[in-house]
Amino acid sequence: MTWLQENWRQLVDYGLAHVWLSIPPIVIGFLVSLPFGWLANRYRVSRGVLLTLGGILYAIPSLPLFVLLPSLIGTKILDPLNVEVALTIYAFALMLRTTADGLASVDGDVKLSASAIGFGGWRRFVEVELPLAGPVLLAGLRVVSVSTVSLVTIGAVIGVNSLGFFFLDGYQRAFFSPVWFGMAGTLLIALVFDGVLVLLGRLLMPWTRSRRGPRARKYGAAQARVAVTSR
Amino acid sequence: MIEFRGVTKQFPDGTVAVAGLDLVIPPRKVTVFVGSSGSGKTTILRMINRMVDPSAGQILIDGVDIATREPVALRRSIGYVMQNSGLLPHRTVVDNIATVPLLRGEKKREARARARELMQVVGLDASLAERYPAQLSGGQQQRVGVARGLAVDPNVLLMDEPFGAVDPLVRAELQTELKRLQSELDKTVVFVTHDIDEAFLLGDQVVLFKPGGVIGQAGTPRELLENPADDFVAGFIDAGRPRSILR
Repeated sequence: MTWLQENWRQLVDYGLAHVWLSIPPIVIGFLVSLPFGWLANRYRVSRGVLLTLGGILYAIPSLPLFVLLPSLIGTKILDPLNVEVALTIYAFALMLRTTADGLASVDGDVKLSASAIGFGGWRRFVEVELPLAGPVLLAGLRVVSVSTVSLVTIGAVIGVNSLGFFFLDGYQRAFFSPVWFGMAGTLLIALVFDGVLVLLGRLLMPWTRSRRGPRARKYGAAQARVAVTSR
Repeated sequence: MIEFRGVTKQFPDGTVAVAGLDLVIPPRKVTVFVGSSGSGKTTILRMINRMVDPSAGQILIDGVDIATREPVALRRSIGYVMQNSGLLPHRTVVDNIATVPLLRGEKKREARARARELMQVVGLDASLAERYPAQLSGGQQQRVGVARGLAVDPNVLLMDEPFGAVDPLVRAELQTELKRLQSELDKTVVFVTHDIDEAFLLGDQVVLFKPGGVIGQAGTPRELLENPADDFVAGFIDAGRPRSILR
């Protein structure tokens, strides 16, 4: 506890840095996955190629990627951009399959009827397919969010400070307080992000909330039976 | 008036759904396409709003070859109702009904006001306006589908087995309702079904299709019943008659 009293300022600063480092990869990775997810469903060949590529990208170990990126994209070795680009790649790789599956999960009859009443291709994608893929996209986004918040910590190894700094600090000094608090902070951020995503999902997808359709109907039928038999 | 001139449809896999179809669908009447599955009736219906394009031949609506019309614009001008209603699950009842007017660029407020009027026309309680399709019964969903089909006040209304997935009691109710609506609205309705009784009940003209999109017979229900063209037609009509197993 004394450690916390002496270091809370730094903990908060690095915690905020952690938050800012986490947001761009999640958002950009998600956005970039949309056109590629669409493309993956469009043709059989593109599906195989893209999903395999996604798998391979995610398999690249993070530390060497952080180290190698400067030479690939021309950034300085300590530039936080390296971490951002690397994490965006992971977020994209992780999100791609979910996006493809989410878009594929949209009911064919609904797509057919949307076209039949006059949705053009682009509007049908944006106004019908994307929102209906929403629940699956959200599930994927929640995984990406947690994974990104956790991966940001590795950036500390190449000097991009986040709560990961405390892991390194504790490890080097064989002193566990900073590790515990760093971990608690990371979990807290992951939880808050997850909560925000769930809340956004509820706001943006109100139709998924009150699924009382079938149950209400069954209930109604039961009521009707009661009414008939009690007569 | 909708006119098919020598219309053929061959799918990429080689199946011929329709071969050399000539057919006139009179305006302001209900024309019912009836036939078993594989008779091409749904394919023929979908050619009218260019969901399917013919491999050969012409389709004219009021004398205009629809091949010259932009498909999306054409579809927005024709009402379409399908089985399982085909409603957008993520939009409320009013928004579903207002969909096509909004696609055509109408103002949201006006489109929704008209949608509420249409709910009344098709016999839906106003309290259902803000519900989602999943919160409605099958019959109610189908009514919303019909209201959506009528939303831009189209001359032509295409109905693809719209009452196929609801129970017999509700179906009878919806059929009666459609007859009432048609007597008020006078649309050119093309209705697809595999149920011969439904065809005879609703159709001013009934077109009975044999497999491969060949017309078995076209005429009024009375003509088909009294003078079936051949054994196939007679058999199809007879198969639909209920007969007692307790004789």
